[in-house]
Amino acid sequence: MAEDVFKALADPTRRHILDELVERDGQTLFEICARLMNKHGLGLSRQAISQHLAVLESAGLVHSRREGRCKFHDLDTEPLELIATRWLRPDAPESTP
Amino acid sequence: MRIHLTSVFVDDQEKAARFYTDVLGFVKKHDISMGEGGDRWLTVVSPEDPDGPELLLEPSGHPAVQPYKTALVEDGIPATAFAVSDVRAEFERLRGLGVFFTQEPLEMGPVTTAVLDDTCGNLIQIEHMKQGEHTS
Repeated sequence: MAEDVFKALADPTRRHILDELVERDGQTLFEICARLMNKHGLGLSRQAISQHLAVLESAGLVHSRREGRCKFHDLDTEPLELIATRWLRPDAPESTP
Repeated sequence: MRIHLTSVFVDDQEKAARFYTDVLGFVKKHDISMGEGGDRWLTVVSPEDPDGPELLLEPSGHPAVQPYKTALVEDGIPATAFAVSDVRAEFERLRGLGVFFTQEPLEMGPVTTAVLDDTCGNLIQIEHMKQGEHTS
């Protein structure tokens, strides 16, 4: 699990996706693509961004949900807490490496 | 050459006629019966440009249409886009009428956009450009 989180965070595009989800939670793929293009100059294909989202999902940092016929992506910062406690609060019960 | 007609595939033409006129504020231009299937040649125009491009509210009967629409909507991709003078004001007005937005107003440099559900199986983007940046 922690391994997946480090891998997910190692990529700048994926960090930009997280930045944008912090600004507004619950975005469609279209909105994420538009933000990366217009705010960060990242003209990636939708397929490429889908793949980045899949990596973030498998690390537990993003969850997708369906509302009506649409799919929205939400941020989940809990995996980051687990990383932080490992070094910042090593006595905490969740601090298993 | 100029753009005279564009179209969206709507799940239900009657429902679409109401949404595109009563809610979005377009006006009906043509409404012609297309025979026994019940399909109509149904177009709307902007009251700000009644002789301008027409939007055809096209039936979704062809088997390729539903998979196409379903895939676009799932990823939040609009079928088409309309210009408004103020996205935020239009968002507030439409939300007050019960319209569901898949993307609330988002300012990205010179352009502001929002994306709404037309209740007929499509997403529609509304947008405005900052004053003086219409040419970009």
